[in-house]
Amino acid sequence: MILKSDAIRLIAIRIGVGLLTLFAVSVVVFAITSLLPGDAAQAMLGQESTPELLAALRTKFGLDQPGYVRYARWLGGMLLGDLGHALANDLPVAQLIGARLPNSLMLAAATAAVSVPVALIIGVTSAMFRGSLYDRMVNMATVWVVSVPEFLIATVAVLIFAVKLHWLAALSRPDDIATLGQFIRVYAMPVLTLCCVIVAQMARMTRAAVIDQLTSSYIEMARLKGVRPVRMVLTHALPNAVGPIANAVALSLSYLIGGVIIVESIFNYPGIASLMVDSVTVRDMPVVQACAMLFCAGYLVLLTVADLAAILSNPRLRK
Amino acid sequence: MTTSVPPPIVPAQARRKPHRRLSIAGTAGAAVVGFWVLMAALGPWLAPDDVGSMNGDAVFAPISAQYPLGADFLGRDMLSRILQGAPYTVGVALAAVLVASIGGTALALFAAARGGWFDSVVSRIVDIQLSIPTKLLALIMVAAFGSSVPVLVLTIGIGYLPGAFRIARSLAVNVQAMEYVQAARARGEGLAYITFHEMLPNMLRPVLADFGLRFLFIVLLLSGLSFLGLGVQPPDADWGSLVRENIIGLSEGSPAVIVPAIAIATLTIGVNMAIDGFAGRKRRGA
Repeated sequence: MILKSDAIRLIAIRIGVGLLTLFAVSVVVFAITSLLPGDAAQAMLGQESTPELLAALRTKFGLDQPGYVRYARWLGGMLLGDLGHALANDLPVAQLIGARLPNSLMLAAATAAVSVPVALIIGVTSAMFRGSLYDRMVNMATVWVVSVPEFLIATVAVLIFAVKLHWLAALSRPDDIATLGQFIRVYAMPVLTLCCVIVAQMARMTRAAVIDQLTSSYIEMARLKGVRPVRMVLTHALPNAVGPIANAVALSLSYLIGGVIIVESIFNYPGIASLMVDSVTVRDMPVVQACAMLFCAGYLVLLTVADLAAILSNPRLRK
Repeated sequence: MTTSVPPPIVPAQARRKPHRRLSIAGTAGAAVVGFWVLMAALGPWLAPDDVGSMNGDAVFAPISAQYPLGADFLGRDMLSRILQGAPYTVGVALAAVLVASIGGTALALFAAARGGWFDSVVSRIVDIQLSIPTKLLALIMVAAFGSSVPVLVLTIGIGYLPGAFRIARSLAVNVQAMEYVQAARARGEGLAYITFHEMLPNMLRPVLADFGLRFLFIVLLLSGLSFLGLGVQPPDADWGSLVRENIIGLSEGSPAVIVPAIAIATLTIGVNMAIDGFAGRKRRGA
């Protein structure tokens, strides 16, 4: 695809805005988590704190310096890969995250691999048969799934597949997977739960994108020429809907970030989200900050990709 | 950015449209929501059992005449637990959505009327906040401030304020350009009169639909937080906490786990049906 200079400028601007936003988000995350009363030194000392000990520990952590100096240090460390040490066990945060990141990415990849094709098929077919019983059923099911808490889907899944049918284990431990069968047994339920929410979102947005094309004038023209409906959708509407659909896919996948927080906790899955929830519970700020930035970065990447898909799909911006 | 704003409704058209009657699904949805709001106010008095009454023999008891919805991990009546939890789930969510919607709409009206640098600054701040997922923002806030009902209301309210601002601002900018607003301005009416008599009535419908949707998201977020143990703290319990504290009963197939989750689902699906049933609401994707 050859792009006009306009398009390249738009893309550069969008990526620049993404980076600026990430910077601003880091200011917000840092401000909320570290400029408030009760600092890490106090939290570590707890009952045994004396003014002298507190002052000494604050100097050690650099907490006696003004906020912007600490922020600059924190940001610099984060950019260089030094995420600080966890308060709970003094392990480097980078090591804690490194051990769990592959698990979370695996879960996300498995969910995307299942949900994208299913959602596209449901979305495109329900747009093709708009107004039919099938379309209305899909519409109702997606609304219901979106408005139900994730843990209801997860608990119902556990109740059916683990308690009643004994097909799957209620907890997901990805440590010793040797065969495909074991892989499926571990991942089936978390992936199923995550997919429910994401498929519903993505199918709705895909349906809207295809219908948007189907109501345009060139489709009217094709219909008047006597093109058969299936051919009309597949060869006329779909190629033009690729951009909006890619946009919908990226936006829906950003729901993963909210979804994994619940799903990893309920299945006791050792990923980044369950690490973050545990750290929030014990208020282990360095870990919370690092995880929060990781999630925000992932979210921003998906939002940026969604916007880029929309820019790239505009035929006026191609040569 | 990417958060979609619904197409502004032109007030002149909205007025001309005849008021369709609420559909059956819409009425049913509104009835369910009304029921739960009533239970939020009266539930604790209607509950058959006290908060403290436990029965060691009835741990995870199935549904029976004595326990219409089963019993929980301490042998407490689930029906009473649900009724006692309703004020938290419905009340906290309602308070938070009021913070979000009223705050967002007021800020939007002010930003649209004021324009200039104030509008740009507020809009940029909102853009930044919208790029932090609300669940994540809530986790960070709870990590920093701990979890109590006022913190939850404020955290969730502030978390959902930017979305309300976005929608109300795009509506306000459109309504502001209408002739009747300009005429009022030319007559020399004050800002308060223009805002409350000319602009707000013509923005009300989409703002109310957004209020409902925002309430739904907030109920889900609050239950999610409580489910993680980061929301309403024991001994108080909302419906999300009830799922959490009874989760060990899941392996026995106890109703105590599923019943509170279903209570949440009836509330959220009810809200959704009520919004969809409102005449004049544009169905998404249709």
